[in-house]
Amino acid sequence: MNELLPAFEWQQHVIAPWTTGIKSTLWIVLMGFFVATACGLLGNYLILRRMALVGDAISHSVLAGIGVAVVLTLQLDTPTLFIAALAAGLATTLIIEIIHRYTRVKQDAAIGIAFTSLFAIGVILISMKSGKVHIDTECVLYGEVALVPLEKFKLSLSPALAGAVDKLPMSEVYLRGNDLVMAPDVIRMGFVALAVALLVWIFYKELLVSSFDPALAFSLGINATVVHYALMALLSVVVVSAFESVGAILVVAMLILPGATAHLLSARLPVILALTVLHAALGTLLGFHLATWLNCSIAGAFVVAGMGLFLLAWLLSPHDGLLAHWHRRRNLKLEPPEEISSTPPAGN
Amino acid sequence: MSAHGTNETEPPPLEFHDLTVAYHKRPVLWGIDLEIPKGQLVGIIGPNGAGKSTLIKAAMGLLPLNSGWVKVFGEPIKKNIKRVGYVPQRESVDWDFPVSVMDVVLMGRYGHLGLMRRPSKKDRDIARDCLEKVKMLPYANRQISNLSGGQQQRVFLARALAQESDIYFMDEPFAGVDAATESAIVTILHELKAKGKTLLVVHHDLPTAKEYFDSLLLLNMRVVAFGPTEEVFKYDLLQSTYGGRLTILSEVAEAVREKS
Ligand SMILES: Nc1ncnc2c1ncn2[C@@H]1O[C@H](COP(=O)(O)OP(=O)(O)OP(=O)(O)O)[C@@H](O)[C@H]1O
Ligand SMILES: [Mg+2]
Repeated sequence: MNELLPAFEWQQHVIAPWTTGIKSTLWIVLMGFFVATACGLLGNYLILRRMALVGDAISHSVLAGIGVAVVLTLQLDTPTLFIAALAAGLATTLIIEIIHRYTRVKQDAAIGIAFTSLFAIGVILISMKSGKVHIDTECVLYGEVALVPLEKFKLSLSPALAGAVDKLPMSEVYLRGNDLVMAPDVIRMGFVALAVALLVWIFYKELLVSSFDPALAFSLGINATVVHYALMALLSVVVVSAFESVGAILVVAMLILPGATAHLLSARLPVILALTVLHAALGTLLGFHLATWLNCSIAGAFVVAGMGLFLLAWLLSPHDGLLAHWHRRRNLKLEPPEEISSTPPAGN
Repeated sequence: MSAHGTNETEPPPLEFHDLTVAYHKRPVLWGIDLEIPKGQLVGIIGPNGAGKSTLIKAAMGLLPLNSGWVKVFGEPIKKNIKRVGYVPQRESVDWDFPVSVMDVVLMGRYGHLGLMRRPSKKDRDIARDCLEKVKMLPYANRQISNLSGGQQQRVFLARALAQESDIYFMDEPFAGVDAATESAIVTILHELKAKGKTLLVVHHDLPTAKEYFDSLLLLNMRVVAFGPTEEVFKYDLLQSTYGGRLTILSEVAEAVREKS
């Protein structure tokens, strides 16, 4: 056991990252939180629409988008990547729809066809060009959060302004002398997470009703098809912003785990959305410290911590929790009904 | 809309012309020509697979049409979609969805709310009234998965009432509900009719069909007959609607005999 698990030291694994190591800690934790929030919020709607696998599909076919972008432009800058991934995401959605609608193949099988073929095309294209452009396929699949703190962004401030900024909390993280330094990936992911949260807030009604009952949505003047494609487009953007840090495969976990955990704890959508963000925050923090302790993949640790929270929710949930079930079975005590009405209430 | 009951100039609530709908090249509705007058409670009758649900979906613009057109109050459905209320077949939604009974009824108000607007106190009051009408107010805060089938049906009805539409499509609102709920729903349908609303209701039970509805639409891919119940509820018409299916036919015979 001792060889497998390093000794846990509170000072070294919990305190130190937030004191001496704050510069990298903060960027990594923020990145994890932003990824989990953006993915988790959108993922809720995938879960509600029973489309959890579409997230899987899109995160894989993003590789095809990158492949096409590489072959056509030989460029790998951020805007190109974004557009390519967006196109790939929408293409996946479209292919799934077309296969499902015009053949007798069911939706889940259509998803399986669409993303594996696009993924394969991506693998071919990238391997053809791998001599000319450097793409780390490992990184695409598994991500590398540890690279996030690279503070590529630098802005020189006037001494007076720098002095003012220096008074802000935790200024040692983003101020070096008179230079403002930032991890651009984290800032970008922050904007993506903020955009997702805003869109979910603005289009709350539209998302809710078109997920619950598309035909009703239509009779309310809400075009459920447009909502569907908008959701898929947003999902593609989120996936491509996230996969650099947590990797395409772990994005899928981030899409489903926070929402699935929240669903165990509440049956009200607004509460579920709030719990999703809480799960994102806790999972990231726990995951980060787990990774510090075990000196392992940070992205992997994020997901394992999220899974731990899921198990905890399963155990403790007030309605469906294992403990609640056990408790109820031990204390089964029925109260006689006050009156017998014509329609007896069903359920528990 | 109009101050004096029957406005001469208003076009009929629902008009089909030469409507044909096919799934995978197999026609399901063929050459439907219909004009539904205002303030009618119309029962849609036909065997399983006759195209009843398809007719409703086509009327709501949810399906591509192979030929013909549908007009709602004289306009293409897209223009007047907000004047249409809808009660789907109960199985068409996921009842594990994390919303309360109140949330579902409030969805009926969304058509009246602008972008980013949350339901107001007035919307909540309307929703509460609608729940009261279907006797579901005590369940307002329940999670919808904790409802029985008949209660789910009532919630759908309350939601349709909250839509405050002019024309309603209801797909089998009586499926799997008990006698008390059924008569409560019938009362509400008649109230809506009295307010000048037009209602098209898919119904499966022949004996009650002739009690509940002013007019019947006998459908089996084509319109077999459409007209006042007493003119249309005839053995030979029902027979050609149900096309020689023995169990149904004996039921029909019984229903017709009961009537005379
Ligand atoms: N999505 C679909 N794809 C292919 N065929 C369909 C689809 N929906 C319905 N059909 C076919 O169209 C025909 C009419 O279906 P529809 O649901 O309108 O019947 P219905 O009259 O509502 O039947 P029921 O009484 O069983 O509800 C059926 O033969 C059915 O097989
Ligand atoms: Mg039907």
